[in-house]
Amino acid sequence: MALDRWIALIILGFCLIYGYTAWFTMDVGLAPFMKRNPIWPSTFPKILSVLGATASFFILFGVEKKEDKVLDIDYRRLHEYKLGQAILLLSLMIVYALLLRPAGFMISTGFFLILGSVILGERKWYMMIPIALISTFFVWYLVQEVLGIYMRPYPAWFGV
Amino acid sequence: MLDGILLGLQTAFSIQMLLMVIGGCLIGTFIGMLPGLGPMSIIAIMIPVAISMGDPAAAIILLAGVYYGAIFGGSTSSILLNAPGVAGTVATSFDGYPLAKKGQAGKALTVAAIASFCGGTIGAVLLMVFAPALSSVALLFHSAEYFALMVVGLSAIAAFAGTGQVAKALLMTVVGLMLGTVGEGTMFSLPRFTMGIMDLQSGLSFVTLAMAMFALPEALFLVLNPPKPGSGKSEEIKGLRITRQEAKSIAPVIGRQSIQGFFIGVLPGAGATIASFLGYAVERNIAPKGEQKEFGKGSIKGLAAPETANNAACTGSFVPLLTLGIPGSGTTAILLGALIALNVTPGPRLMIDEPQIFWAVIISMYIGNIVLLVLNLPLIPYIAKILTIPRNYLIPYILFFTLMGAYIGQNNATELLILVGLGVCATALKFADYPLAPLLIGFILGGMLEDNFARSMQLYDGVAFITARPMTMILLALAVSLILLPSIRSKQAKIKANRVADGD
Repeated sequence: MALDRWIALIILGFCLIYGYTAWFTMDVGLAPFMKRNPIWPSTFPKILSVLGATASFFILFGVEKKEDKVLDIDYRRLHEYKLGQAILLLSLMIVYALLLRPAGFMISTGFFLILGSVILGERKWYMMIPIALISTFFVWYLVQEVLGIYMRPYPAWFGV
Repeated sequence: MLDGILLGLQTAFSIQMLLMVIGGCLIGTFIGMLPGLGPMSIIAIMIPVAISMGDPAAAIILLAGVYYGAIFGGSTSSILLNAPGVAGTVATSFDGYPLAKKGQAGKALTVAAIASFCGGTIGAVLLMVFAPALSSVALLFHSAEYFALMVVGLSAIAAFAGTGQVAKALLMTVVGLMLGTVGEGTMFSLPRFTMGIMDLQSGLSFVTLAMAMFALPEALFLVLNPPKPGSGKSEEIKGLRITRQEAKSIAPVIGRQSIQGFFIGVLPGAGATIASFLGYAVERNIAPKGEQKEFGKGSIKGLAAPETANNAACTGSFVPLLTLGIPGSGTTAILLGALIALNVTPGPRLMIDEPQIFWAVIISMYIGNIVLLVLNLPLIPYIAKILTIPRNYLIPYILFFTLMGAYIGQNNATELLILVGLGVCATALKFADYPLAPLLIGFILGGMLEDNFARSMQLYDGVAFITARPMTMILLALAVSLILLPSIRSKQAKIKANRVADGD
């Protein structure tokens, strides 16, 4: 089965769970006076669940004729692309999200920019480190001082 | 209209606004040149900056400047490197790159700049004429018609998605609508589909979703499949002038494509990409036999046509956004989201309630076009230097700005995890050739669609609103036929093909 059908199957599952919530569980706690309304909070989701499930069925059973198209990346040959780098960068993003608050903006962003370049194969440390540090400071200054959005620059135990 | 124009001039000609236009155009041009980064990603990245300014007129002027700049920047990299930064400028590379290879890069860039300028300016004049007219008609609309109109908009986006893509686009729209129902709605103060997670109480953030749908997958695609080195080298740029003969030959092309491009841009779901391809195809077909052979080998007509059309279409796509509040493309959907975040609701009332925003946007289009022409023409050789930034430095910065965009909007680190999760899902959808713009459009329109639906249901005590007013029925019938039309057409073509086969 092609990837687009697998995805349609997953979305169908999602629609079924969404539909189950809308049809069977959502109205349980509804106040009696709201039940007299012609529209309930679950009305629109109910319609959407039916529409979503129908559209997924159409893709799943290939009702619509497909046109052969050359895509930028062929997912069947994914291993031939730089998959490792992409996964490492995604992991780095997750680590950054978890570190941003405890480690502060300066340290976490500096590490993110330097490690991001290292993952992509850059080894010119004398260029990489100054560029990362200068741009980290520049962005922090822009966001905090110019735009006035608070961002803790250093870890809380620095006391700054 | 004159009052409006004067009001627009007054607003747009303040120092702050002029700086916004110039800044927006420059940022858009610089980033638009980077292959793989389209106007949608750039605007998504710029949204937190625009929202934090607090002034809706300044914000939309900045974002619109970024939009034109991105389209212009995309054509620069198409011509110099054969690496279109934006889908709308792919057709530009058909003739632009051969011209650059012949050593006429300077001339090609000048033609592109002039064509963009004319397309954008004529588009702005047409917008000035058509937008007020359409908006006075739209004032007659009630909630029921609004609901029906949004259904038409959403189905048109699905219907224009292309052969074999209608069901996918439709599914993506529905998924977008479903994601829009997460959190507390405006009509019912009841949390829905939050799974008990407090962070989802206020719903998913539009900026996070925009970043996850566009910026992140594009950056990941750049990581997975880096452009091959030596696929094109920037030629020395000299000889920016074009001859009188050449100017005469491209003038009718520019005139035709400005109008055609504008009207294609007005249609929901069409946009700059279709306008540029169609413009190129039309001009090739109507060119004299001798010139037809030149197309694809460095014809200046073939370069002027898509460049004019895509800029006119960009302006055209503002018509449904400003007059009906319905975005016709992913980019205008992002602009709509930004405006809503600034407490401005585009629609027919915009011209009456906040005319300074409406007219300032239109006037800023003229200024933006002049800025692009005046600033970019002499700067072209220097701007091209950005193309030499190594990928190893560029990608971490794109990812960082994506993360920052989501973080600044919400000041919440959980948002970053949601961004990465949704970004991975969006990349998988992109692998399977699912269109992502309908999802975002569905998400943004979802709230308004449900509100209008609920209001009509309450007014007519049920679904009677569909039959109560003929306009609603006509619009809903149009929506159904838009979705069914592509499949009926392909069936007819099949029957025709079978008949021909039987005849053999």
